[in-house]
Amino acid sequence: MLLAPDHITEEGEFIINMGPQHPATHGVLHLKIWLDGETIKKIEPQLGYIHRSIEKMCESLSYRQFIYVTSRMDYLSAHMNNQACALAVEKGLQIEATPRAQAIRVLLGELTRLSSHLLWWASTGLDLGGITPFFYAFRERETINTILEETCGTRLTQNFIVPGGVMYDIHPDFQKKVKDLIKQFRANYHEYDEILTGNVIFQNRLKGVGYISKEDAISYGCTGPTARASGISCDIRKLAPYDGYDKLKFDEVILSGGDCWARYQVRMAEIIQSLNILEQLIDNIPEGDFLAKTKNVVKLNKGDIYQRVETARGELGVYIVSDGAATPYRCKFRSPNFSNLSAIPHIAKGAKIGDLMAIMATVDLVIPDIDR
Amino acid sequence: MNAEELKHKVTELCPRATYDETGEFLTTLIAAPDLLPVMQQLAKDNELHFDFLFCLTCIDWKDHFMMVYHLRSTDLNHCLVVKAKITDTTNPEIESVNDIWRTAEFHEDEVYDMFGVKFLNHPNLRRLFLEADWNGFPLRKNYTDENMIKL
Amino acid sequence: MNTPTPYSFASLATGIHAWLRQAISNDTLLQVTEMVITGVCLLVFLVLLCFFLGYMERKVAAFMEIRLGPNRVGPKGSLQIVADTLKLLFKEGLTPNGADKFLFNLAPGIMVVTSMMAVAPIAFAKNFQIWDINIGVLYVSAISSMAVIGILMAGWSSNNKYSLIGAMRSGAQIVSYELSIGLSLITIVILSGSLQLSEIVESQANGWWIFKGHIPVIIAFVIFIIASTAEINRAPFDLTEAEQELTGGFHTEYAGMKFAMFLLSEYINLFIVSAIAATIFLGGWMPFHIGSLPAFNHVMDYIPSFMWFFGKTFFIVFIIMWFRWTFPRLRIDQLLNLEWKYLLPISMVNILIVTAMAIFGWHF
Repeated sequence: MLLAPDHITEEGEFIINMGPQHPATHGVLHLKIWLDGETIKKIEPQLGYIHRSIEKMCESLSYRQFIYVTSRMDYLSAHMNNQACALAVEKGLQIEATPRAQAIRVLLGELTRLSSHLLWWASTGLDLGGITPFFYAFRERETINTILEETCGTRLTQNFIVPGGVMYDIHPDFQKKVKDLIKQFRANYHEYDEILTGNVIFQNRLKGVGYISKEDAISYGCTGPTARASGISCDIRKLAPYDGYDKLKFDEVILSGGDCWARYQVRMAEIIQSLNILEQLIDNIPEGDFLAKTKNVVKLNKGDIYQRVETARGELGVYIVSDGAATPYRCKFRSPNFSNLSAIPHIAKGAKIGDLMAIMATVDLVIPDIDR
Repeated sequence: MNAEELKHKVTELCPRATYDETGEFLTTLIAAPDLLPVMQQLAKDNELHFDFLFCLTCIDWKDHFMMVYHLRSTDLNHCLVVKAKITDTTNPEIESVNDIWRTAEFHEDEVYDMFGVKFLNHPNLRRLFLEADWNGFPLRKNYTDENMIKL
Repeated sequence: MNTPTPYSFASLATGIHAWLRQAISNDTLLQVTEMVITGVCLLVFLVLLCFFLGYMERKVAAFMEIRLGPNRVGPKGSLQIVADTLKLLFKEGLTPNGADKFLFNLAPGIMVVTSMMAVAPIAFAKNFQIWDINIGVLYVSAISSMAVIGILMAGWSSNNKYSLIGAMRSGAQIVSYELSIGLSLITIVILSGSLQLSEIVESQANGWWIFKGHIPVIIAFVIFIIASTAEINRAPFDLTEAEQELTGGFHTEYAGMKFAMFLLSEYINLFIVSAIAATIFLGGWMPFHIGSLPAFNHVMDYIPSFMWFFGKTFFIVFIIMWFRWTFPRLRIDQLLNLEWKYLLPISMVNILIVTAMAIFGWHF
């Protein structure tokens, strides 16, 4: 029965369906894989298992409402997704968030990035067969989620941003807790290196695996840490600064390795950069209003708005086409994972099944963001 | 390169192009049949060098479809939005740009899935998200479905 | 050896034998009865052992992962594994439609039986051994390599592509690592001059081989631990299961008690390789002696021999569990490279050195 035509090609290639339920795909990704022994010959992603047509939904939601639908795209960078939408609306209204709101947005955004990178680190270890790192990463992630919960009321999908600012002021304990978190993180960071980064087996699993050249990465539209590991400068926080990122001092981490190991190192270095940003800003939150005055019913002028934001996984673009009504005429989300996924069939060609796990882990796909 | 220089350069490549400078990026509107040669030039030209297609989408304006390409040059750091109008709404067709930017393959699949725009010379045009036998194209403005709920 | 070991099981066994002889006159019947009693005892022992190993693994994992581990069912969570077993017993023993039903149901049985067979020649305590066969080492390595048949059978008959890949990986893996295990065992066979496990233990009365045999035996010991971890398919060599790659590998399709039998055989195998390592390299039930300290040696002698055996065995079990909870998994080609490019050549050179050592009497 195994040798039926759907399972094996004439050239003797074995076809397996990885997903939609598979422990390593972190969601309902379905990859159809042509195998020769253990070697991958071809991959065809089959998408749509979690397609909710968010773009169509946005067409009937007001400019205040549609922001929160996007929390469910890249749920690990929910805050940054909301930020992108709010910034797009602000751009259309030609207003800016108040300085205090901007600082709060950046702080919460970096906390979200930290928690997202921690989850990535945890699941990278898990995908490569090491279960222990998961618990170490979740120790710090739990602290972050508690901070977010106190201020925003939720732990994962914050829904904290409104056009012109943020919904509420920060919790009175916020500054103290963030400072404690930074201290805790810096004290524990060496454990991350000891348990995973320094492990010989782990390094051998990543080094030289899943190489993508700079040209290919550009051509496939890779962004975020995936692209920066191939030597492309694409951090939107530097390229097109928003919400006061231009006033902060931090480095864009760019490596030229292009393999899984480089992608791993870029993300590990970004964790440190996020901590630096938090450290700079936490004592310098400007006083004042946390919300700029806006009209109750937001209407944008006719025309196009494109707003880019750097989420934990790369460049999120919100493209709003307005016809002057209270709802967007067309709303397109250029999600980083969608483009990064399109590179996976190219990266994984010729790799082993075990390498595919390393590749998917270091490209760090979030499936709801692909399907939208 | 600033907007004026870009405009000048693009006009050299495609004399019939029209421009719109209201948005963040310079927007140029070109005719659908011109698309492929102009795009090839935009990507190849040393002074333009648009090597990065960061967004590809379509808008249904009821009487026509508008393809929107957001281009960026990673080394020269300038952006350009190229729009191409497809007037045939019953059987919309346009050249695929996937051999210039390979990311276009998936984006074009998505546009085909949601708008029904056929891409010529596309290596694997398929329904990306919906089932292969799905009726209609959901992001078209005239799409209806009995189960659709108005939010 | 002069001091009598307390808590000897030998008198118990002789007592039972004498009592049975009075009750049953027929020789054959007597032998069969004794075999049945031994078998039942062994089964009960192994099941209890697996409960303990399961509990130990969870606690070790929790310790490595900065958490508490099971702590609700029973004192300190010690009955958690019993609760899990009950759950598995009540689960439906599902057989997939497309599976080869006969082989599918046979495979878990083969796995458990082969694992249990290998327990026979192990010396648990002084004078306490089920079957003191004179080719004990050969027997154990022959039986343990039969486990691959069960895995291949499970993988093939499941009619699942992941299972098949897992089974094929296991074939390549076990066949390769069998070599290193054999070669590292041979080093001690050369030194002690016997294949019989009881004699190998006796030969360590004046010191365990790991101390007597200098660096070559330590190398052989390390190779044995690595290769046997691979042989019993535990992380970081659990490529046949590889949950994140193959969703469970050869036992993807198994549920309920049939799945539990794979688990059972995994734990028995873990115990066996640890027991063999303890017997061959660490002196089995032999107490720890230091040559010129008779007082110290007498104290050591008063620790019962089964305590020595289980202490050493669980020390090695702990090491193998430690591997599992701190290392990521290898890739299949790295796994085979490790064996064929490193372990095997090292073992071969090692055997030459050990042979020279044995001939010239360089060891203690």
